[in-house]
Amino acid sequence: MNVLEFTILVWLFSLIAGFLGALTGLGGGIVITPLLTLAFGVDIRYAIGATLVSVIATSSGAAAAYVREGFSNIRIGMFLEIATTVGAIVGAFLAAKISTAAIGVIFGIVLLHSAYVSSRPRRDRALDSRPDPLATRLKMDGSYPAPEGPTAYRVHAVPAGFGLMFGAGVMSGLLGIGSGAVKVIAMDQAMRLPFKVSTTTSNFMIGVTAAASAGVYLTRGYIDPSLAMPVMLGVLPGSLVGARILARAQTKLLRLIFGVVIAVLALEMIYHGLSGRL
Amino acid sequence: MAHSGRAWTDKRMELIIGDLLRAGVVLAAAVVVAGAILYLVRHGHSLPHYRVFRGEPSDLRSVSGIVADALALRGRGVIQLGLLLLIATPVARVAFSVVAFALQRDHLYVVVTLIVLGVLIFSLTGARL
Repeated sequence: MNVLEFTILVWLFSLIAGFLGALTGLGGGIVITPLLTLAFGVDIRYAIGATLVSVIATSSGAAAAYVREGFSNIRIGMFLEIATTVGAIVGAFLAAKISTAAIGVIFGIVLLHSAYVSSRPRRDRALDSRPDPLATRLKMDGSYPAPEGPTAYRVHAVPAGFGLMFGAGVMSGLLGIGSGAVKVIAMDQAMRLPFKVSTTTSNFMIGVTAAASAGVYLTRGYIDPSLAMPVMLGVLPGSLVGARILARAQTKLLRLIFGVVIAVLALEMIYHGLSGRL
Repeated sequence: MAHSGRAWTDKRMELIIGDLLRAGVVLAAAVVVAGAILYLVRHGHSLPHYRVFRGEPSDLRSVSGIVADALALRGRGVIQLGLLLLIATPVARVAFSVVAFALQRDHLYVVVTLIVLGVLIFSLTGARL
């Protein structure tokens, strides 16, 4: 297989991964690293660097559409980005200290957890109108467009959300993923945001978080242009088309299939890591 | 009403951020495509080498090195410049937010946003711990 064939093959896989990732809401980046390492034998550090770049592309592309609709809360996003960016740099430095086998095992576990979290239905918690003094001081309470007009919401448990976001940042920097699953827990469960708000705000934050770790990866020489190129050029159009179709697609079966694929990849990563083949 | 004034500015800020992100991604993708063509025309028939990790050469690790390679029209350098533009897109978004919050006289969020910008610049300038 020469460079041209390799590039086209990786591009096709990334296109499909981006498409299915957007359609199922699980994110395309999450399967790219296991695919590159397991199917193409790419070193996991190159694979993570390439995926990180594609995460920035899809997050920025999708966020461009979301901010216009008025769901994302820029103040919440900006405040929590302090936690995610610092976490991302810590994670990126950790990635240089930990063996590739250990990274593979951690990646597998996080993958299994994400598949589990996103397989469960998300429901908005009952709106709690008691003000949280910290959230009030940080001017986080907001409103979002609903069919019946602008709906106000209040934000809770800011310190817990901040702590969880630091963890999401570390995961993102260590594994080159968006850490959507942890972000969702932080914003849905702890801070009790309406889920349209948490989904779009989390997407908005992913780009900035990934940029923080990408800086470290780039200066350390983990981002290979000829590998990142087909990944980015595949995932970006794939996920944009997937997001368009999402509105009218029946995704239940698709989510299940993609969830199974992720679980299999996760077990493979753990197995390869434990048997020292990564 | 102070509140409705803020809502209007927030809305406008969101629209500009949306345009900024879209422009950044489109520009980055275009540069990567141009680099890809240069690279594949010249090196399409050589063999890939990703099994063994060697790390990138130093010219592909720093902003100045990447710009120099891209100006010399080396395919990999041009691609890396596109990736750098992509990484810079969220950074530009944060930088713009600093200005927008300052125009709103929201001093608390000017500080919050400056912290985020500082962390991003720290990571990009090759901070070594």
